[in-house]
Amino acid sequence: MSNLAVLPIIIPLIAGIILAFFPKKLVLIRFLTKVFSIINLVTVSYITWTVFTSGSIIMETGGWDAPFGIVLVADSLAILLVFTTNILAVACAFYAPYSLTDRKEQYYFYSFFFFLISGVSGAFLTGDLFNLFVFFEVLLMASYALIVLGGEKVQLQESIKYVLINLFSSILFVTAIAFLYSVVGTVNMAQIAQRVQDVEQQGILTTIGILLFFVFATKAALFPLYYWMPKSYFVPNPVISALFGALLTKVGIYSIIRVFSLIFVYKIDLTHEMFIWIAGLSMIFGIIGALSTNNIKLIVAYNIIPAIGFILMGIGIFNEDSMSGSVYYLIHDMLIKTALFLIVGTITYVAGTSDLRKFSGLIHYYPLLGWLLFVAAFVLAGIPPFSGFIGKLLLLKGALSSGEIAIVIIGLLSSLLILYSIMKIFIKGFWGEKDESLEHKSTKGLIAPIVFLLSLSVMLGIGAEFVYPSIESISAYLLNPEVYIDSVLKE
Amino acid sequence: MEIIISILAGTLFATGIYNLLQKQLLRIIIGTVLLSHGAHLFILTMGKLKTGAPPILIEGVNEYTDPLPQALILTSIVISFGITSLLLVLAYRTVNENNTDNMEQLRGNEHE
Repeated sequence: MSNLAVLPIIIPLIAGIILAFFPKKLVLIRFLTKVFSIINLVTVSYITWTVFTSGSIIMETGGWDAPFGIVLVADSLAILLVFTTNILAVACAFYAPYSLTDRKEQYYFYSFFFFLISGVSGAFLTGDLFNLFVFFEVLLMASYALIVLGGEKVQLQESIKYVLINLFSSILFVTAIAFLYSVVGTVNMAQIAQRVQDVEQQGILTTIGILLFFVFATKAALFPLYYWMPKSYFVPNPVISALFGALLTKVGIYSIIRVFSLIFVYKIDLTHEMFIWIAGLSMIFGIIGALSTNNIKLIVAYNIIPAIGFILMGIGIFNEDSMSGSVYYLIHDMLIKTALFLIVGTITYVAGTSDLRKFSGLIHYYPLLGWLLFVAAFVLAGIPPFSGFIGKLLLLKGALSSGEIAIVIIGLLSSLLILYSIMKIFIKGFWGEKDESLEHKSTKGLIAPIVFLLSLSVMLGIGAEFVYPSIESISAYLLNPEVYIDSVLKE
Repeated sequence: MEIIISILAGTLFATGIYNLLQKQLLRIIIGTVLLSHGAHLFILTMGKLKTGAPPILIEGVNEYTDPLPQALILTSIVISFGITSLLLVLAYRTVNENNTDNMEQLRGNEHE
């Protein structure tokens, strides 16, 4: 029974290996990719249902008891994120064949795609800090291969920087783990939490916590450390950008949620207060970036930064409303960012350019695409009743009840500007004169995955009543680290 | 012993960062290699350097060495080895494609 927790890691891994054997047989590979991603989604749905009905699944690998062996912890937060990841994976698996050139598909795109999913699921599920580092490397390795797929000049330029910054932050991660190990003598997250609790996070522990925060902040692209992100998400194919934008930064912010709700929770006035400021600055600088450019892919890439800022704001405020807001916003943002990246990718494909000044009047040719972008902008900015609104409402409610007025004002203003930055694409690209020179291209197969993702995120907003109780229970669970520690160490 | 290794790790970090800040691509890669060596030595030091004791913890035994840091280093070495080789290939392709290994010239054209 407890072996269920390893399936979300193993199935994509095996799928990736199988697909690597016959890279040239494209029809077969495309079919198998869809089959495997659906099998994985079904399995994960079953696990999610089990976790929500009968509690966390803890898997002790190799039969070693918790503090000694590596544990995989499929608790409600982790499994919900794995579930969302697999929904995105299915959408991307159906979008990819229409978007990628045959040559790119032959160069092992689908294998790396599955390795990425495997690494992301592993990072969500692991209960061991060093293992988190290993899964980070698994997903980063896959992402290094994906970002450079195609080998264009600009891709190579940007990927060098992407690899270097991630390598540096990984080294910093290992160093931080070494520091932590020398102080608490373990890498099991539950046991670290227990021992940090015993000494009430005295001495150097807070410093190590902040070092870890900077490691994760680099991966999550938060305020002072986001400079590498927009351009490296700009260069690859849209489906790869979508996977990166939806998953990689979210793994970083998930690690922050995990570490700063479980381990370092005893010096909140120092660490979590700092988070609120960093969150505010991320929102301001991210949205300035999005407004500064006319490139539609860059606009969406810059929009990741304020979203991460919103999630971090909830962790900084650290009460029940704000934590449920963070979790809600995290799920919402994973869905909507994938949808937006795919929409923008489709626009780039049909318009032949991603420069907003070079096309207009697309609505005459592609009305459905235009209205999808319109809905996506509303969902992203948080217009009621869409999902962004529920997340932001919870976050702002939490912020108000803690008396953090400044962040509420920054959050509301940046939401307006987010709406403007996406509407700019709609106004300049879709309105205006019909461009006669534009040849009509088929969008067959590109629209369906976007509709699927958008309808899910609309449902997440309209059906908030059904979703909210589980989110609320996750938030209560996160605020009470004892439950996690007891379930892993079985005391 | 711990002090000497700590100083060595510190030196590796310093030289690694110095190399990382250079403009030539190969120097940057050497910088990352030195940095990861520094980090690995650092993990080993943090597990306390002892000799002549078994790596087992049984009740009643006070003298034991800690096997965990070595397991951690092994994993970490393999990973950094893999990434370094990938980085070298990537750098080779970048240099061939762009005809320069100077980071100043690899800034990327403005996409706007």
